[in-house]
Amino acid sequence: MVPLQLYLILSAMMFIIGAVGVVTRRNAIIVFMSIELMLNSVNLTFVAFSAFLGDATGQVFVFFVMTVAAAEAAVGLAIVIALFRRKQTVNLDEINIMKW
Amino acid sequence: MTLEEILFYIFAFGGIASALLVVTRRNPIIAAIYIIVNFFCLAGIYLTLHAQFIAVVQILVYAGAIMVLFVFVIMLLNLGDERSLRDGFSWKKVVAGGFGFGVLMELVYIFMIPSGMQTMEMTRATDIGTVEAIGRVLFTRFLFPFEVTSLLLTAAIVGAIVLAKKNLD
Repeated sequence: MVPLQLYLILSAMMFIIGAVGVVTRRNAIIVFMSIELMLNSVNLTFVAFSAFLGDATGQVFVFFVMTVAAAEAAVGLAIVIALFRRKQTVNLDEINIMKW
Repeated sequence: MTLEEILFYIFAFGGIASALLVVTRRNPIIAAIYIIVNFFCLAGIYLTLHAQFIAVVQILVYAGAIMVLFVFVIMLLNLGDERSLRDGFSWKKVVAGGFGFGVLMELVYIFMIPSGMQTMEMTRATDIGTVEAIGRVLFTRFLFPFEVTSLLLTAAIVGAIVLAKKNLD
């Protein structure tokens, strides 16, 4: 019997790894992958609470999060392609046109 | 140790190791492969939580559809081992890692505070994660959010096509 806290700690570790990846990496596509990691860790929290509370609502929420992740990946990668066409790079340090 | 615990520790270790490899690899293709490993480990953990439907959807949608899109874009843009993207040592990383570790310790501390959570037992009912149970909730209580989801996906498709068109103007 694995206690609930272990699932939550695992989820927290994956979320922190994803967050540090978003802050430190400069490759736009790897930043997107780190965001996917963070979304997945939140999904794990939803499913863990759903299983421990005996309620399917959490799993329905995971379904919606996956839909949002799919939409985000499609639009985000289209933005990356459009940026690459303009600047010939996916380095986020060089894409600073909106920087104040 | 029961089989459930052994499986949990195997998948948890695999998940964390692959997540660390995703954010440290320089080559995006290697990172994409490791994030697929991470998705499979998560699907295994969902199975130990009796969430069969979510586990299958995780592999089909995430490892199948979304990651194919990522790999497709990486190969389309030909992002090999780009020298210009090499991240060397920088204080930014140390500070980010330190902050991350601090937040993690805080979260672990909060989870360990004695509360009702420690004594919570996993429900013996193994049928809340089946397609039937999820479908019943999805098409009754969550029917309106489900329909809004279709709108979101349509908007995403249109947005992606418009953004990736040859001339944005």
